[in-house]
Amino acid sequence: MSSGDPAQPRRVDRAGIIIAALLAALAAVLVWDARGLQSAAMYGMGPEAMPVVIASGLALLAIGNFIDALRGNLPARESTDPVPVFLILVGLALLIAIIGFGGGFILATSALFVTTSAAFGRRAVLVDSVIALVMSTLIYLAFDRLLTLSLPAGPLERLL
Amino acid sequence: MMDTFAALAHGMAVAIQPMNLLYALIGVFLGTAVGVLPGIGPALTVALLLPVTYKLDPGGSLIMFAGIYYGGMYGGSTTAILINTPGESASMATALEGNKMAKAGRGGPALATSAIGSFVAGTIATIGLAFLAPWLVDFAVRFGPEDYFALMCVAFVTVSATFGDSPVRGLTSLFIGLTLGLVGIDKLTGQARLAFGVPELLDGVEVTTLAVGLFAVGEALYVASRRHHTEEKLEPVRGSLWMTKEDWKRSWKPWLRGTMFGFPIGALPAGGAEIPTFLSYSTEKRLTKHPEEFGKGAIEGVAGPEAANNASAAGTLVPLLTLGLPTSATAAMMLAGFQQYGLNPGPLLFAERPDLVWGLIASLFIANVMLLVLNLPLVGLWVRLLAIPQPWLYAGILVFATMGTIAAKPSVVELSMLAGFGVLGFLMRRFDFPIAPVVVGLILGPIAESQLRRALAISLGDPMTLLQSPISATLLGVALIALLAPFVLKGLGRFKANED
Repeated sequence: MSSGDPAQPRRVDRAGIIIAALLAALAAVLVWDARGLQSAAMYGMGPEAMPVVIASGLALLAIGNFIDALRGNLPARESTDPVPVFLILVGLALLIAIIGFGGGFILATSALFVTTSAAFGRRAVLVDSVIALVMSTLIYLAFDRLLTLSLPAGPLERLL
Repeated sequence: MMDTFAALAHGMAVAIQPMNLLYALIGVFLGTAVGVLPGIGPALTVALLLPVTYKLDPGGSLIMFAGIYYGGMYGGSTTAILINTPGESASMATALEGNKMAKAGRGGPALATSAIGSFVAGTIATIGLAFLAPWLVDFAVRFGPEDYFALMCVAFVTVSATFGDSPVRGLTSLFIGLTLGLVGIDKLTGQARLAFGVPELLDGVEVTTLAVGLFAVGEALYVASRRHHTEEKLEPVRGSLWMTKEDWKRSWKPWLRGTMFGFPIGALPAGGAEIPTFLSYSTEKRLTKHPEEFGKGAIEGVAGPEAANNASAAGTLVPLLTLGLPTSATAAMMLAGFQQYGLNPGPLLFAERPDLVWGLIASLFIANVMLLVLNLPLVGLWVRLLAIPQPWLYAGILVFATMGTIAAKPSVVELSMLAGFGVLGFLMRRFDFPIAPVVVGLILGPIAESQLRRALAISLGDPMTLLQSPISATLLGVALIALLAPFVLKGLGRFKANED
């Protein structure tokens, strides 16, 4: 792959190149996965046909995105602040870990609430924790008792 | 004609049963409450509330859905007018003039004209739906699998390529959705595709997980990442809520014109309410007797687009109910709601469960009336919801968003997928890829594949069957033209630009 002609008037968009590469990789995964499938159909198309069609589409789109990136055709982007994004992702990771280790709904969603709130600029972690615990307990009770939807139970839920 | 009246009367009898009225009321209330939250459009409203309806019977929950759908639309326009953050592109035209009106102290009449306009448009468009649907059903009965496949190709192209900013980016979104649709066990041969040995992936990607991840988690990440850019300002509703005689005189024609734009464009498998709303906006700008007010808060600029928005929402129900074809993200979520109960919208559903379909259509009328009665007096309550501080608002949205997944499938894999789709949604927003085509691709991709395989099995593997059916051949031609048109037009545009 040539990474752009120096004579090009507009700058090469590096993010666009990465997007194109990811699409090409996805197409490769599709083809690799489809090779393991057996065509059981007597007539017509088997299960492996559609993945190959979609992979061809993805490969074409990878080329299209690559050309756009070389021409610098991507829309302008605003600067972003990575810290809040990271905080929310930490919150989601905590939620998944707490649910995974049987910590229950209330603790898991409270952790997400507090980190998200902090990501949006709040610094009152204690106050937010109390709000989160009360709110998620109420949600738990409403869903568990009123709608009889089962939410995962942990130590806190067993006390209720 | 008479059949429609009889069916509608029958549906009305279903819809006015006390329990169903209650479901409609709950739906309208929840829909407005969630829809009014900034950054939450009708599609996400339906996605978030899908788990709530999980345990209800299909009839009741579809009626609740109708309420949520229309309620979400109303709520969205309230947000657009009062804080100028349209939850979705369909409310963008409303925000243009509506927010200016609110800034000028005319927020009350702006909300009133959008509520009444939505009511007028919603009612007319629902009548249109009731009369158009049986006619389309008669036509759709003759569709073979190859025709359905061709129809879906049209929907794929129009939803992703024809009306977006960039056909390449729209198609990229669509193909990501199609790829996700492949995941899981192939229904015809029982072989696993793209499951990588993970048992949770054998069932495929859940539509609600994808939608909530892309819309709710993605939006929260995006707003958090650019929090330093904008400060949202909530305009208080000052002065009278009621419209003056002058306001009425200036509103009723835009309402009707907006409906005329919205319904047909929504009913075509073209998708999206952006085109009719902006068509309506530019038409009103051209026809108005008060051109000096445009850009400063002209009531016509709220009345028309709002009516167009609601009419097109009812219009998208035409292909959804008669053909099972979702042409917007919200319609895709409605389809997911049907599928939750193993129901497949289409001609067969009209024949087998007329009570369900006509009950749903009739309850759309009822939801509309409820919204009109509820919304104007309760506007103070909705405004208070808007005043929730942003940190708590988004923290609450994320808790509510993950709750749906936790309630449906409390597994680490499912929650990780939710988080992963959230990151995908964030990146797509950042690099300006449209989101709706992903959801439509996930829902329609597997259906299109099974129709194509059925068609080919019937024809003993001869692909010419796609061109031998006149319906299919025509539709595929339309899809091809719609696919190539934006590239050709762009080329022409560049050619012209070079000439100048």
